[in-house]
Amino acid sequence: MRPKRKQRLIFVTILLIGFSSATALGVYALQKNKTYFHTPAEINAGSVEQDILFRVGGLVVEGSVNRFDDGVTTEFDLTDTEGTVTLRYKGLLPDLFREGQGIVAQGKLNADGIIVAQEVLAKHDENYMPPEVADALKASGASHPENIPKKNY
Amino acid sequence: MWQWFHKLSTPKYYYQWSGKWLPWLAGLTIILFAIGLYWGLLVAPTDYQQGESYRIIYIHVPAAWMSMFVYVVMACAGFVALVWKTKLSEIVVSECAVIGAVFTAIALITGMLWGKPTWGTYWTWDARLTSELILLFLYFGVIAIYSSIEDKRVAAKAASMLAIVGVVNIPIIHFSVNWWNSLHQPNMDIISDKPSMDPSMLWPLLVMAVAFKVYFGWVLFMRIRNEIISRERATKWVKELVVGR
Repeated sequence: MRPKRKQRLIFVTILLIGFSSATALGVYALQKNKTYFHTPAEINAGSVEQDILFRVGGLVVEGSVNRFDDGVTTEFDLTDTEGTVTLRYKGLLPDLFREGQGIVAQGKLNADGIIVAQEVLAKHDENYMPPEVADALKASGASHPENIPKKNY
Repeated sequence: MWQWFHKLSTPKYYYQWSGKWLPWLAGLTIILFAIGLYWGLLVAPTDYQQGESYRIIYIHVPAAWMSMFVYVVMACAGFVALVWKTKLSEIVVSECAVIGAVFTAIALITGMLWGKPTWGTYWTWDARLTSELILLFLYFGVIAIYSSIEDKRVAAKAASMLAIVGVVNIPIIHFSVNWWNSLHQPNMDIISDKPSMDPSMLWPLLVMAVAFKVYFGWVLFMRIRNEIISRERATKWVKELVVGR
């Protein structure tokens, strides 16, 4: 390689390495606090304060969904298998909302320790299968693909 | 091998060489899209959870894969353009930017249309969605730099620099769903013995992914040829080519 080309190659490589390491450090730093949602266990441990907007992710507890008489308010429990919190939401729920489903809600903790949600979003996992396969899996007692919103770090 | 690459990077030779590929790429694109769309939209079974609405995956996922793949191609071309300064690699950078931006826009739009019925919202600032939006802005940046500098050789140098630096966003997009809690689903497992998608649904997705790749090759070749003709319009071989028809 000619010296001029070699110089450019070294320059571009250093540029790339420098920028990548800067970004890697940034990503590493963000990992500690850039969290899209908190888990019920974290909230029970006091990770959020009252009247501050935050997100919570978890699984809707089977049999906990309670629809109020006004027709639009719903109360339900959310779990991550380590802790459980109660949510209240006034509004239309997404189609995928059902017992056992993973959801992510945004809201504030009130004085009674109930999370008053302003938004409820349904989360789904990366498993796709025809209904028959899902039924067969369930019937065989094999672990049904669940969508517990996981903490990944 | 090196000599062949060197020959290929001369605009005239590339023009002649790529011309032979065009009908094959065009035919393969049409056949693969026909198979993939029919298989995915009509033959593949409905999903146990999402019903029919999951079928947008056959556009969304291949487009999202391409948005990252094209960026890597663009960054590699930018690397070659900066170090070896071949004209062809400079053209590849500018043409990839346009095609990649379109793939990114398709991924974002189909994602929003999918998000509304399944999640309950068009948009949320989750790590995957945000990093993909940044990818779109990176493409816009490369296009903007390229078109705002009059001298195309200088423009290519500046645009390639941004293309290379922006490559750090690609692993961030890919691993965003693992590194941070997100609303977006985790990455699918498509290579192990027990893929996270039923084979009856996965096969048409893979066909669509190949269809998108071949389509990219086809469109890229055509755009490069256009750009070559436009840049070399003063040369003898282009004049002969035009007059000869």
